Amino acid sequence: MDLILEYQSQLIDGTLMTIKLALTSLVIALLFGLLGAWAKLSSNRLARRLAGAYTTIVRGVPDLVLILLVFYGGQVTLNNVGVMTGMWGYVEVSQFAAGASTIGVIFGAYFTETFRGAIMAIPPGQIEAGISCGMSRSLIFRHIIWPQMVRYALPGFTNNWLVQLKTTALVSVIGLQDLVYNAFTAGRSTGQLFTFMAAAFVIYLMLTGISDLALRALERHYSRGVVRAR
Amino acid sequence: METLLSYIPLDIALIVDNFDRFMYGVWVTLNLTFLALLLGGLLAIPMAIARASKHPVFNPLIQIYTYVFRGTPLLVQTYLIYYGVGQFDVIRNSWLWDPVLSSAWWCALIAFTLNTAAYTTELLRGAIADTPTGEVEAAIATGHSYRSRMRRIILPSAFRRAIPAYSNEVIFMLHGSVIASTITLQDILGVGRWLNGRYYLAYEGFITAAVLYFLIVLCITWAFRWFERRYLRHLIRRSEGETPDITPAPVA
Repeated sequence: MDLILEYQSQLIDGTLMTIKLALTSLVIALLFGLLGAWAKLSSNRLARRLAGAYTTIVRGVPDLVLILLVFYGGQVTLNNVGVMTGMWGYVEVSQFAAGASTIGVIFGAYFTETFRGAIMAIPPGQIEAGISCGMSRSLIFRHIIWPQMVRYALPGFTNNWLVQLKTTALVSVIGLQDLVYNAFTAGRSTGQLFTFMAAAFVIYLMLTGISDLALRALERHYSRGVVRAR
Repeated sequence: METLLSYIPLDIALIVDNFDRFMYGVWVTLNLTFLALLLGGLLAIPMAIARASKHPVFNPLIQIYTYVFRGTPLLVQTYLIYYGVGQFDVIRNSWLWDPVLSSAWWCALIAFTLNTAAYTTELLRGAIADTPTGEVEAAIATGHSYRSRMRRIILPSAFRRAIPAYSNEVIFMLHGSVIASTITLQDILGVGRWLNGRYYLAYEGFITAAVLYFLIVLCITWAFRWFERRYLRHLIRRSEGETPDITPAPVA
Protein backbone atom coordinates (compact mmCIF):
# COMPACT_ATOMS: atom_id res chain seq x y z
CA MET A 1 0.00 0.00 0.00
CA ASP A 2 2.83 2.39 0.85
CA LEU A 3 4.42 1.58 -2.48
CA ILE A 4 1.24 2.48 -4.33
CA LEU A 5 1.10 5.81 -2.51
CA GLU A 6 4.72 6.41 -3.46
CA TYR A 7 3.93 5.83 -7.13
CA GLN A 8 0.48 7.37 -7.04
CA SER A 9 1.36 10.24 -9.37
CA GLN A 10 2.33 7.71 -12.07
CA LEU A 11 -0.91 5.84 -11.60
CA ILE A 12 -2.96 9.04 -11.66
CA ASP A 13 -1.18 10.25 -14.81
CA GLY A 14 -1.83 6.89 -16.43
CA THR A 15 -5.49 6.96 -15.45
CA LEU A 16 -5.89 10.46 -16.87
CA MET A 17 -4.20 9.35 -20.10
CA THR A 18 -6.55 6.37 -20.36
CA ILE A 19 -9.58 8.63 -19.85
CA LYS A 20 -8.27 11.15 -22.38
CA LEU A 21 -7.65 8.42 -24.95
CA ALA A 22 -11.05 6.84 -24.36
CA LEU A 23 -12.88 10.17 -24.71
CA THR A 24 -10.94 11.21 -27.83
CA SER A 25 -11.60 7.90 -29.53
CA LEU A 26 -15.25 8.11 -28.42
CA VAL A 27 -15.67 11.40 -30.29
CA ILE A 28 -14.13 9.86 -33.42
CA ALA A 29 -16.28 6.75 -33.02
CA LEU A 30 -19.48 8.80 -32.69
CA LEU A 31 -18.65 10.74 -35.86
CA PHE A 32 -17.92 7.55 -37.80
CA GLY A 33 -21.00 5.92 -36.31
CA LEU A 34 -23.34 8.72 -37.41
CA LEU A 35 -21.70 8.82 -40.83
CA GLY A 36 -21.95 5.05 -41.16
CA ALA A 37 -25.60 4.95 -40.05
CA TRP A 38 -26.42 7.73 -42.50
CA ALA A 39 -24.66 5.82 -45.29
CA LYS A 40 -26.35 2.52 -44.41
CA LEU A 41 -29.79 4.14 -44.43
CA SER A 42 -29.19 6.26 -47.51
CA SER A 43 -30.78 5.53 -50.86
CA ASN A 44 -27.37 5.61 -52.53
CA ARG A 45 -26.27 2.07 -53.29
CA LEU A 46 -22.55 2.84 -53.30
CA ALA A 47 -22.78 4.48 -49.87
CA ARG A 48 -24.60 1.42 -48.50
CA ARG A 49 -22.00 -0.92 -49.97
CA LEU A 50 -19.09 1.12 -48.60
CA ALA A 51 -20.63 1.28 -45.13
CA GLY A 52 -21.31 -2.46 -45.22
CA ALA A 53 -17.70 -3.23 -46.18
CA TYR A 54 -16.45 -0.88 -43.44
CA THR A 55 -18.43 -2.54 -40.66
CA THR A 56 -17.69 -6.09 -41.85
CA ILE A 57 -13.94 -5.64 -42.27
CA VAL A 58 -13.39 -3.63 -39.11
CA ARG A 59 -15.37 -6.08 -36.99
CA GLY A 60 -13.62 -9.10 -38.49
CA VAL A 61 -10.09 -8.11 -37.52
CA PRO A 62 -8.84 -7.90 -33.90
CA ASP A 63 -8.27 -4.40 -32.50
CA LEU A 64 -4.61 -4.88 -31.65
CA VAL A 65 -3.78 -5.99 -35.21
CA LEU A 66 -5.27 -2.78 -36.58
CA ILE A 67 -3.57 -0.64 -33.93
CA LEU A 68 -0.15 -2.11 -34.76
CA LEU A 69 -0.85 -1.86 -38.49
CA VAL A 70 -1.71 1.83 -38.21
CA PHE A 71 1.10 2.64 -35.80
CA TYR A 72 3.94 0.92 -37.66
CA GLY A 73 2.49 0.90 -41.17
CA GLY A 74 0.98 4.37 -41.04
CA GLN A 75 4.35 5.92 -40.37
CA VAL A 76 5.95 4.18 -43.38
CA THR A 77 3.08 5.21 -45.66
CA LEU A 78 2.97 8.79 -44.45
CA ASN A 79 6.69 9.17 -45.04
CA ASN A 80 6.55 7.52 -48.45
CA VAL A 81 3.75 9.83 -49.49
CA GLY A 82 5.73 12.75 -48.08
CA VAL A 83 8.79 11.81 -50.15
CA MET A 84 6.72 11.22 -53.30
CA THR A 85 4.79 14.46 -53.16
CA GLY A 86 7.45 16.51 -51.40
CA MET A 87 4.75 18.08 -49.30
CA TRP A 88 6.17 17.20 -45.89
CA GLY A 89 9.39 15.96 -44.40
CA TYR A 90 9.89 13.16 -41.89
CA VAL A 91 6.83 12.67 -39.71
CA GLU A 92 6.36 10.47 -36.71
CA VAL A 93 2.98 8.98 -35.83
CA SER A 94 2.44 9.45 -32.11
CA GLN A 95 1.14 6.56 -30.07
CA PHE A 96 -1.79 8.66 -28.96
CA ALA A 97 -2.82 9.61 -32.51
CA ALA A 98 -2.48 6.05 -33.78
CA GLY A 99 -4.37 4.59 -30.82
CA ALA A 100 -7.18 7.16 -30.69
CA SER A 101 -7.82 7.11 -34.44
CA THR A 102 -7.74 3.32 -34.76
CA ILE A 103 -9.96 2.65 -31.75
CA GLY A 104 -12.26 5.45 -32.92
CA VAL A 105 -12.63 3.92 -36.37
CA ILE A 106 -13.12 0.41 -34.96
CA PHE A 107 -15.86 1.45 -32.56
CA GLY A 108 -17.38 3.67 -35.23
CA ALA A 109 -18.40 0.41 -36.87
CA TYR A 110 -20.23 -0.72 -33.72
CA PHE A 111 -21.85 2.69 -33.26
CA THR A 112 -23.00 2.52 -36.90
CA GLU A 113 -25.18 -0.45 -36.00
CA THR A 114 -26.37 1.17 -32.77
CA PHE A 115 -27.45 4.38 -34.48
CA ARG A 116 -28.93 2.60 -37.47
CA GLY A 117 -31.12 0.51 -35.19
CA ALA A 118 -32.11 3.55 -33.12
CA ILE A 119 -33.18 5.61 -36.14
CA MET A 120 -35.07 2.66 -37.63
CA ALA A 121 -36.92 2.16 -34.34
CA ILE A 122 -38.68 5.53 -34.66
CA PRO A 123 -42.09 4.97 -36.28
CA PRO A 124 -42.19 6.82 -39.63
CA GLY A 125 -45.75 7.90 -38.87
CA GLN A 126 -44.44 10.28 -36.21
CA ILE A 127 -42.18 12.03 -38.69
CA GLU A 128 -45.03 12.20 -41.21
CA ALA A 129 -47.24 13.64 -38.49
CA GLY A 130 -44.59 16.27 -37.83
CA ILE A 131 -44.48 17.19 -41.51
CA SER A 132 -48.24 17.43 -41.76
CA CYS A 133 -48.31 19.74 -38.73
CA GLY A 134 -45.97 22.02 -40.63
CA MET A 135 -42.86 21.41 -38.49
CA SER A 136 -39.54 22.33 -40.04
CA ARG A 137 -36.85 19.67 -40.55
CA SER A 138 -34.76 20.91 -37.65
CA LEU A 139 -37.81 21.06 -35.40
CA ILE A 140 -38.68 17.48 -36.34
CA PHE A 141 -35.14 16.40 -35.58
CA ARG A 142 -34.99 18.22 -32.24
CA HIS A 143 -38.45 17.32 -30.96
CA ILE A 144 -39.24 13.95 -32.54
CA ILE A 145 -36.11 12.14 -33.75
CA TRP A 146 -33.44 13.16 -31.24
CA PRO A 147 -35.19 12.40 -27.91
CA GLN A 148 -36.29 8.98 -29.11
CA MET A 149 -33.04 8.18 -30.91
CA VAL A 150 -31.13 8.85 -27.69
CA ARG A 151 -33.43 6.54 -25.79
CA TYR A 152 -33.14 3.72 -28.30
CA ALA A 153 -29.38 4.16 -28.74
CA LEU A 154 -28.42 4.49 -25.07
CA PRO A 155 -28.27 0.79 -24.11
CA GLY A 156 -26.07 0.10 -27.16
CA PHE A 157 -24.03 3.19 -26.40
CA THR A 158 -23.40 2.04 -22.82
CA ASN A 159 -22.30 -1.35 -24.06
CA ASN A 160 -19.98 0.07 -26.74
CA TRP A 161 -18.46 2.62 -24.38
CA LEU A 162 -17.63 0.00 -21.73
CA VAL A 163 -15.94 -2.24 -24.31
CA GLN A 164 -14.13 0.74 -25.81
CA LEU A 165 -12.85 1.88 -22.42
CA LYS A 166 -11.38 -1.57 -21.83
CA THR A 167 -9.95 -1.73 -25.34
CA THR A 168 -7.83 1.37 -24.73
CA ALA A 169 -5.63 -0.82 -22.50
CA LEU A 170 -4.19 -2.33 -25.70
CA VAL A 171 -2.52 0.95 -26.62
CA SER A 172 0.03 0.31 -23.87
CA VAL A 173 1.47 -2.33 -26.24
CA ILE A 174 2.69 0.40 -28.63
CA GLY A 175 4.14 2.32 -25.68
CA LEU A 176 1.54 4.96 -24.84
CA GLN A 177 1.95 5.80 -21.15
CA ASP A 178 -1.56 4.87 -20.09
CA LEU A 179 -2.69 3.16 -16.91
CA VAL A 180 -1.45 -0.31 -17.89
CA TYR A 181 1.93 0.97 -19.09
CA ASN A 182 2.57 3.09 -16.00
CA ALA A 183 1.44 0.39 -13.59
CA PHE A 184 3.66 -2.10 -15.41
CA THR A 185 6.79 0.07 -15.30
CA ALA A 186 6.18 0.94 -11.65
CA GLY A 187 5.72 -2.73 -10.84
CA ARG A 188 8.80 -3.72 -12.77
CA SER A 189 11.07 -1.17 -11.08
CA THR A 190 9.88 -2.14 -7.59
CA GLY A 191 9.61 -5.88 -8.26
CA GLN A 192 5.99 -5.75 -7.09
CA LEU A 193 4.18 -6.41 -10.34
CA PHE A 194 1.18 -8.03 -8.69
CA THR A 195 0.54 -5.04 -6.43
CA PHE A 196 0.61 -2.57 -9.30
CA MET A 197 -1.31 -4.66 -11.81
CA ALA A 198 -3.94 -5.22 -9.10
CA ALA A 199 -4.10 -1.46 -8.59
CA ALA A 200 -4.66 -0.97 -12.34
CA PHE A 201 -7.28 -3.73 -12.22
CA VAL A 202 -9.18 -1.92 -9.45
CA ILE A 203 -8.93 1.45 -11.21
CA TYR A 204 -10.38 -0.03 -14.41
CA LEU A 205 -13.15 -1.59 -12.39
CA MET A 206 -13.93 1.81 -10.86
CA LEU A 207 -13.94 3.50 -14.27
CA THR A 208 -16.32 0.95 -15.79
CA GLY A 209 -18.46 0.89 -12.64
CA ILE A 210 -18.87 4.68 -12.56
CA SER A 211 -19.62 4.82 -16.32
CA ASP A 212 -22.18 2.08 -15.92
CA LEU A 213 -23.99 3.85 -13.09
CA ALA A 214 -23.93 7.24 -14.81
CA LEU A 215 -25.18 5.91 -18.13
CA ARG A 216 -27.95 3.96 -16.44
CA ALA A 217 -29.11 7.13 -14.74
CA LEU A 218 -29.14 8.78 -18.16
CA GLU A 219 -31.12 5.86 -19.57
CA ARG A 220 -33.70 6.36 -16.85
CA HIS A 221 -33.81 10.07 -17.63
CA TYR A 222 -34.51 9.46 -21.33
CA SER A 223 -37.00 6.68 -20.62
CA ARG A 224 -39.32 8.87 -18.55
CA GLY A 225 -42.85 8.33 -19.70
CA VAL A 226 -42.17 4.90 -21.12
CA VAL A 227 -44.22 2.23 -19.43
CA ARG A 228 -42.40 -1.06 -19.13
CA ALA A 229 -44.39 -4.27 -19.19
CA ARG A 230 -43.56 -6.35 -16.18
CA MET B 1 2.13 -13.52 -62.79
CA GLU B 2 5.41 -11.73 -62.14
CA THR B 3 4.07 -8.48 -63.55
CA LEU B 4 0.88 -8.88 -61.58
CA LEU B 5 2.79 -9.35 -58.35
CA SER B 6 4.89 -6.27 -58.95
CA TYR B 7 1.76 -4.15 -58.67
CA ILE B 8 1.15 -5.30 -55.12
CA PRO B 9 3.26 -3.19 -52.79
CA LEU B 10 3.84 -6.16 -50.48
CA ASP B 11 6.82 -8.47 -50.36
CA ILE B 12 4.83 -11.59 -51.24
CA ALA B 13 7.96 -13.76 -51.33
CA LEU B 14 8.67 -12.92 -47.70
CA ILE B 15 5.16 -13.94 -46.67
CA VAL B 16 5.45 -17.19 -48.65
CA ASP B 17 8.85 -17.89 -47.05
CA ASN B 18 7.36 -17.50 -43.60
CA PHE B 19 4.10 -19.22 -44.40
CA ASP B 20 4.75 -22.24 -42.19
CA ARG B 21 5.47 -19.86 -39.32
CA PHE B 22 2.10 -18.23 -39.86
CA MET B 23 0.44 -21.63 -40.02
CA TYR B 24 2.00 -22.48 -36.69
CA GLY B 25 0.63 -19.16 -35.42
CA VAL B 26 -2.84 -20.16 -36.62
CA TRP B 27 -2.49 -23.40 -34.69
CA VAL B 28 -1.45 -21.58 -31.49
CA THR B 29 -4.32 -19.08 -31.83
CA LEU B 30 -6.97 -21.70 -32.52
CA ASN B 31 -5.64 -23.98 -29.83
CA LEU B 32 -5.69 -21.28 -27.15
CA THR B 33 -9.03 -19.81 -28.22
CA PHE B 34 -10.96 -23.06 -28.42
CA LEU B 35 -9.43 -24.63 -25.32
CA ALA B 36 -10.34 -21.49 -23.37
CA LEU B 37 -13.85 -21.55 -24.84
CA LEU B 38 -14.28 -25.21 -23.97
CA LEU B 39 -13.03 -24.90 -20.39
CA GLY B 40 -14.79 -21.56 -19.89
CA GLY B 41 -18.02 -23.01 -21.24
CA LEU B 42 -17.81 -26.00 -18.90
CA LEU B 43 -17.24 -23.67 -15.94
CA ALA B 44 -20.05 -21.38 -17.05
CA ILE B 45 -22.84 -23.99 -17.11
CA PRO B 46 -23.00 -24.69 -13.35
CA MET B 47 -22.36 -21.02 -12.57
CA ALA B 48 -25.20 -19.93 -14.84
CA ILE B 49 -27.56 -22.44 -13.20
CA ALA B 50 -26.57 -21.16 -9.76
CA ARG B 51 -27.13 -17.57 -10.90
CA ALA B 52 -30.48 -18.28 -12.53
CA SER B 53 -31.82 -20.28 -9.60
CA LYS B 54 -30.65 -17.52 -7.20
CA HIS B 55 -28.66 -19.83 -4.95
CA PRO B 56 -28.30 -17.93 -1.64
CA VAL B 57 -24.51 -18.44 -1.33
CA PHE B 58 -23.18 -18.98 -4.85
CA ASN B 59 -25.31 -16.43 -6.68
CA PRO B 60 -23.79 -13.31 -5.06
CA LEU B 61 -20.27 -14.79 -5.23
CA ILE B 62 -20.59 -15.63 -8.92
CA GLN B 63 -22.15 -12.26 -9.59
CA ILE B 64 -19.12 -10.54 -8.07
CA TYR B 65 -16.83 -12.74 -10.15
CA THR B 66 -18.59 -11.97 -13.44
CA TYR B 67 -18.82 -8.27 -12.60
CA VAL B 68 -15.11 -8.04 -11.88
CA PHE B 69 -13.99 -10.01 -14.94
CA ARG B 70 -16.36 -8.22 -17.28
CA GLY B 71 -15.40 -4.81 -15.91
CA THR B 72 -11.66 -5.01 -16.49
CA PRO B 73 -9.57 -5.40 -19.65
CA LEU B 74 -8.42 -8.89 -20.61
CA LEU B 75 -4.91 -7.46 -21.04
CA VAL B 76 -4.77 -6.47 -17.36
CA GLN B 77 -6.12 -9.86 -16.30
CA THR B 78 -3.48 -11.63 -18.36
CA TYR B 79 -0.66 -9.43 -17.05
CA LEU B 80 -1.88 -9.91 -13.48
CA ILE B 81 -1.56 -13.67 -13.84
CA TYR B 82 1.56 -13.87 -16.02
CA TYR B 83 3.67 -11.09 -14.48
CA GLY B 84 1.94 -10.61 -11.15
CA VAL B 85 1.76 -14.03 -9.58
CA GLY B 86 5.55 -14.44 -9.57
CA GLN B 87 5.75 -11.73 -6.91
CA PHE B 88 4.84 -14.27 -4.22
CA ASP B 89 7.54 -16.64 -3.02
CA VAL B 90 4.93 -19.11 -1.83
CA ILE B 91 3.79 -19.64 -5.41
CA ARG B 92 7.30 -19.53 -6.86
CA ASN B 93 8.34 -22.37 -4.59
CA SER B 94 5.20 -24.45 -5.04
CA TRP B 95 4.60 -27.24 -7.54
CA LEU B 96 2.30 -24.93 -9.49
CA TRP B 97 5.13 -22.65 -10.54
CA ASP B 98 7.30 -24.78 -12.73
CA PRO B 99 4.97 -26.45 -15.17
CA VAL B 100 2.08 -23.98 -15.00
CA LEU B 101 2.36 -20.44 -13.73
CA SER B 102 5.81 -19.68 -15.15
CA SER B 103 4.69 -20.61 -18.65
CA ALA B 104 3.14 -17.93 -20.85
CA TRP B 105 0.91 -20.49 -22.57
CA TRP B 106 -0.69 -21.68 -19.34
CA CYS B 107 -1.12 -18.15 -18.01
CA ALA B 108 -2.82 -17.06 -21.24
CA LEU B 109 -5.08 -20.10 -21.09
CA ILE B 110 -6.04 -19.42 -17.46
CA ALA B 111 -6.75 -15.74 -18.10
CA PHE B 112 -8.76 -16.41 -21.27
CA THR B 113 -10.74 -19.20 -19.59
CA LEU B 114 -11.68 -17.06 -16.59
CA ASN B 115 -12.61 -14.19 -18.90
CA THR B 116 -14.80 -16.15 -21.28
CA ALA B 117 -16.39 -18.07 -18.38
CA ALA B 118 -17.57 -14.76 -16.90
CA TYR B 119 -19.18 -13.60 -20.15
CA THR B 120 -20.65 -17.01 -20.94
CA THR B 121 -22.15 -17.31 -17.45
CA GLU B 122 -24.10 -14.08 -17.85
CA LEU B 123 -25.14 -15.02 -21.37
CA LEU B 124 -26.45 -18.42 -20.27
CA ARG B 125 -28.10 -16.95 -17.20
CA GLY B 126 -30.07 -14.66 -19.49
CA ALA B 127 -31.03 -17.56 -21.73
CA ILE B 128 -32.18 -19.65 -18.75
CA ALA B 129 -34.16 -16.74 -17.31
CA ASP B 130 -35.87 -16.30 -20.68
CA THR B 131 -37.39 -19.78 -20.58
CA PRO B 132 -41.14 -19.36 -21.14
CA THR B 133 -42.96 -19.75 -17.82
CA GLY B 134 -45.46 -22.11 -19.41
CA GLU B 135 -42.75 -24.64 -20.27
CA VAL B 136 -41.55 -24.71 -16.67
CA GLU B 137 -45.10 -24.94 -15.35
CA ALA B 138 -45.88 -27.79 -17.72
CA ALA B 139 -42.74 -29.61 -16.54
CA ILE B 140 -43.78 -29.16 -12.90
CA ALA B 141 -47.33 -30.30 -13.69
CA THR B 142 -46.04 -33.49 -15.29
CA GLY B 143 -44.03 -34.28 -12.19
CA HIS B 144 -40.51 -33.30 -13.24
CA SER B 145 -38.15 -32.71 -10.34
CA TYR B 146 -35.94 -29.60 -10.35
CA ARG B 147 -32.96 -31.56 -11.70
CA SER B 148 -34.92 -33.30 -14.37
CA ARG B 149 -36.67 -30.22 -15.67
CA MET B 150 -33.35 -28.36 -15.74
CA ARG B 151 -31.74 -31.18 -17.71
CA ARG B 152 -34.63 -32.03 -20.01
CA ILE B 153 -36.62 -28.83 -20.47
CA ILE B 154 -34.77 -25.68 -19.48
CA LEU B 155 -31.16 -26.28 -20.54
CA PRO B 156 -31.80 -27.69 -24.02
CA SER B 157 -33.91 -24.72 -25.02
CA ALA B 158 -31.66 -22.24 -23.18
CA PHE B 159 -28.61 -23.51 -25.07
CA ARG B 160 -30.46 -23.02 -28.34
CA ARG B 161 -31.52 -19.52 -27.44
CA ALA B 162 -27.94 -18.70 -26.49
CA ILE B 163 -26.43 -19.71 -29.85
CA PRO B 164 -26.61 -16.29 -31.59
CA ALA B 165 -25.13 -14.45 -28.60
CA TYR B 166 -22.54 -17.16 -28.10
CA SER B 167 -21.29 -16.76 -31.67
CA ASN B 168 -20.38 -13.19 -30.71
CA GLU B 169 -18.56 -14.44 -27.65
CA VAL B 170 -16.56 -16.91 -29.76
CA ILE B 171 -15.49 -14.15 -32.15
CA PHE B 172 -14.62 -11.85 -29.26
CA MET B 173 -12.54 -14.55 -27.64
CA LEU B 174 -10.68 -15.02 -30.94
CA HIS B 175 -10.11 -11.27 -31.08
CA GLY B 176 -9.03 -11.27 -27.45
CA SER B 177 -6.55 -14.08 -28.03
CA VAL B 178 -4.17 -11.61 -29.73
CA ILE B 179 -3.20 -10.65 -26.19
CA ALA B 180 -1.17 -13.87 -26.11
CA SER B 181 1.30 -12.13 -28.41
CA THR B 182 2.00 -9.52 -25.70
CA ILE B 183 3.27 -12.19 -23.34
CA THR B 184 5.80 -13.64 -25.81
CA LEU B 185 3.59 -16.30 -27.42
CA GLN B 186 3.90 -16.84 -31.18
CA ASP B 187 0.26 -16.77 -32.17
CA ILE B 188 -0.81 -15.25 -35.52
CA LEU B 189 -0.17 -11.71 -34.36
CA GLY B 190 3.01 -12.86 -32.61
CA VAL B 191 4.40 -14.01 -35.97
CA GLY B 192 3.35 -10.71 -37.53
CA ARG B 193 5.14 -8.77 -34.82
CA TRP B 194 8.20 -10.98 -35.17
CA LEU B 195 8.30 -10.23 -38.90
CA ASN B 196 7.91 -6.51 -38.21
CA GLY B 197 10.68 -6.54 -35.63
CA ARG B 198 13.07 -8.53 -37.76
CA TYR B 199 12.70 -6.94 -41.21
CA TYR B 200 11.06 -3.65 -40.21
CA LEU B 201 8.23 -4.44 -42.62
CA ALA B 202 4.94 -3.55 -40.96
CA TYR B 203 2.54 -4.37 -43.78
CA GLU B 204 3.71 -7.89 -44.58
CA GLY B 205 3.34 -9.13 -41.03
CA PHE B 206 0.26 -7.26 -39.90
CA ILE B 207 -1.77 -7.46 -43.11
CA THR B 208 -1.14 -11.21 -43.33
CA ALA B 209 -2.25 -11.50 -39.70
CA ALA B 210 -5.34 -9.37 -40.36
CA VAL B 211 -6.31 -11.53 -43.36
CA LEU B 212 -5.82 -14.75 -41.40
CA TYR B 213 -7.96 -13.50 -38.50
CA PHE B 214 -10.61 -12.31 -40.93
CA LEU B 215 -10.73 -15.74 -42.59
CA ILE B 216 -11.11 -17.46 -39.22
CA VAL B 217 -13.94 -15.07 -38.28
CA LEU B 218 -15.64 -15.89 -41.59
CA CYS B 219 -15.36 -19.62 -40.88
CA ILE B 220 -16.80 -19.16 -37.38
CA THR B 221 -19.67 -17.08 -38.79
CA TRP B 222 -20.45 -19.76 -41.37
CA ALA B 223 -20.26 -22.51 -38.78
CA PHE B 224 -22.70 -20.70 -36.52
CA ARG B 225 -25.03 -19.98 -39.43
CA TRP B 226 -25.15 -23.69 -40.12
CA PHE B 227 -25.63 -24.36 -36.42
CA GLU B 228 -28.48 -21.88 -36.17
CA ARG B 229 -30.18 -23.27 -39.26
CA ARG B 230 -29.99 -26.70 -37.73
CA TYR B 231 -30.88 -26.03 -34.10
CA LEU B 232 -33.05 -22.94 -34.42
CA ARG B 233 -35.00 -24.29 -37.36
CA HIS B 234 -38.29 -24.01 -35.49
CA LEU B 235 -37.74 -20.25 -35.13
CA ILE B 236 -37.20 -19.49 -38.81
CA ARG B 237 -40.18 -17.83 -40.41
CA ARG B 238 -40.82 -19.30 -43.83
CA SER B 239 -41.52 -16.07 -45.65
CA GLU B 240 -38.37 -14.38 -44.41
CA GLY B 241 -35.87 -14.20 -47.23
CA GLU B 242 -33.47 -11.84 -45.57
CA THR B 243 -30.48 -13.36 -43.79
CA PRO B 244 -29.93 -11.96 -40.31
CA ASP B 245 -26.86 -9.86 -39.62
CA ILE B 246 -24.71 -11.97 -37.36
CA THR B 247 -21.53 -9.96 -37.42
CA PRO B 248 -20.51 -9.49 -33.81
CA ALA B 249 -21.67 -6.73 -31.52
CA PRO B 250 -19.59 -6.06 -28.42
CA VAL B 251 -20.77 -7.28 -25.07
CA ALA B 252 -19.84 -5.40 -21.95
